[in-house]
Amino acid sequence: MATAAQRRIKSVSYAKYGYIFTAPFFIVYCIFMLWPLIQTFQLAFYDNGVFEPLKNAEFVGFDNFKAILFGDSNEFSQAAVIHEEFLSTMKNTIIIWVGNFIPQIILSLVLAVWFTDLRVKIPGKQFFKVVMYMPNIITAASVAGLFLSLFGDSQYSVINQLYLSGGEGREQLMLATGVWSSRIIVMFIQVWMWFGNTMIMLMSGIMSINTSIYEACEIDGANSRQTFWRITLPLLKSMMVYTLLTSMIGGLQMFDIPYMFHTGAVINDNIKTVAVFIYELFHKNYMKPSSGYSAAASVILFFITGILGALVFYVQRDKDAIEIKRKRKAAMKEAKRKQAMGGGLGL
Amino acid sequence: MSKVKYDADKGGYQAHLIFKSVLIYLGLIILTLICLIPIWILIVNATRTTDQIIQDGVSLIPSTHLIQNIKTLYTNDLFTPFYDALTGLKNSLIIAGSCCALTVFFSGLTAYGLVVYDFRAKGPMFTFILAVMMVPTQVTAVGFMNMLVDMDLLDSYIPLIIPSIAAPAIVFFMRQYMLSSFPLDIIEAARIDGCSEFRTFLTISIPMMKPAFAVQAIFAFIQKWNDYYNQSLVLVSGKKEQLTMPMIVQKVISIDRNADYGANYAAIFLSIIPVVLIYLFLSKFIIAGVAAGGVKE
Repeated sequence: MATAAQRRIKSVSYAKYGYIFTAPFFIVYCIFMLWPLIQTFQLAFYDNGVFEPLKNAEFVGFDNFKAILFGDSNEFSQAAVIHEEFLSTMKNTIIIWVGNFIPQIILSLVLAVWFTDLRVKIPGKQFFKVVMYMPNIITAASVAGLFLSLFGDSQYSVINQLYLSGGEGREQLMLATGVWSSRIIVMFIQVWMWFGNTMIMLMSGIMSINTSIYEACEIDGANSRQTFWRITLPLLKSMMVYTLLTSMIGGLQMFDIPYMFHTGAVINDNIKTVAVFIYELFHKNYMKPSSGYSAAASVILFFITGILGALVFYVQRDKDAIEIKRKRKAAMKEAKRKQAMGGGLGL
Repeated sequence: MSKVKYDADKGGYQAHLIFKSVLIYLGLIILTLICLIPIWILIVNATRTTDQIIQDGVSLIPSTHLIQNIKTLYTNDLFTPFYDALTGLKNSLIIAGSCCALTVFFSGLTAYGLVVYDFRAKGPMFTFILAVMMVPTQVTAVGFMNMLVDMDLLDSYIPLIIPSIAAPAIVFFMRQYMLSSFPLDIIEAARIDGCSEFRTFLTISIPMMKPAFAVQAIFAFIQKWNDYYNQSLVLVSGKKEQLTMPMIVQKVISIDRNADYGANYAAIFLSIIPVVLIYLFLSKFIIAGVAAGGVKE
């Protein structure tokens, strides 16, 4: 047993340093992120108009949410317009996200399997990885500009020059403003920018699978198709779900390319995403913003993201640790029960 | 008999592998071309005059008019109201550089605090960081804007730089890294030698954590360099001397049709050069970092 003095020496506390070291993070987080988040929630319940709503705006309850989600019976009211626009931007977001995710995950998966195949030697592997990741680090504005000059409506864009030189009397293509052509181009840009990233993440997932499983497969005579469907894919499941959900969360925030992929001042309505919609509502005319609608749409987006994020946690949770915890609890119970049966005589 | 069959099988297997390698190689080369051709066309067109682009069509051979195109950017009335590549470069460097330094330093400090010390709020703090990791910027943007108007911080770099002190995802990454590869005994040793807590962090922890710091620094830099959303949100008036690289490019591409094509390409070219150069030098770390941390915006 330690004496009182010894205990006092032992308990030299460094706890205060824990608070000091983490304080800057939490102070800045609260000022620049938590407080704006709270204000977004507040704004969602106030009338549109100038910022600083709590001083001179009117409390409107759930009206903003109602307007966004259900619109208004009067077709020409602002609420109805907002409702329409919210639905169409949500639709665009989903279309563009699905159209970018499916090709992206297939491509990344195929590439990841190729790169990690032990039997096939690929010289210059690093070179390919470097090149394929490169589009991801280029500024989205530059990427938008680059693809506008490739696929733009101007008759001197690369695609139009090739097309027009292909035959006399051809009309120039209007790919960047067409409904589906513009969406497909945006999907393509998203795939182009992100497949390298997804590929590397999946590769690290595949490489964490024990190689002896693959060796056993090879000895048992499994071909690559069987190996892929029976070993790689099932073991990669949680990684794939993680990729899916983070990509969904990222997809809901898709902003840069849809916002900038247009010539002139007007944003193409066919590729306008929810993030662009929210941004325009409060930023286009920031001295007299539609802050209420914008905030309400943000809150809706927040809850969707929250659900997806909770799913990520659920998928990522450490199953082994939970199992061990459960077993330990059961063992404790068992021990307690035994103790109780032994008439309170502990060991 | 069986020996012959084995050899035949072996030959078939080898042939199969070679066939497969060729197929894979072909696929990889096609994808590489898809990744590089747009960038190559950009580089080529940045060196051609507008007349060449209009008359000769698409070409894959560079010309020699890059300087002339850049001069156009500085003299043509279409571009002069906002275009100044050097100012943009400087502003982007100031923002990305200071953000990067703040992010890495304070994330390291926070992670260190969470790993090394035992205190009551430790658990809740970590749960909080996990919970807010996924909150997207777009969701808080309205309130952020409201706050900026309130505090009169529009058109200032402060709201672009200071928030980078709090980067939950990077704190999380660093914490994981410290837990797996930072021996806590060394801190005990430092304490016995009379080293102060903060100095222990500065002179022992940071050097030992260099790989994690480097990777996160690169990512933070690139992410802030490319962050058009926040920059255009805060810098509402778009003053020429405040514009950053992505904002300048956005202005160039949203000019209406009759712009100077060569200059247009040159502007985009100049904006991607710094990032691509940094990337090519550091690609090894970057790719290792993606594999390690699942860094996804």
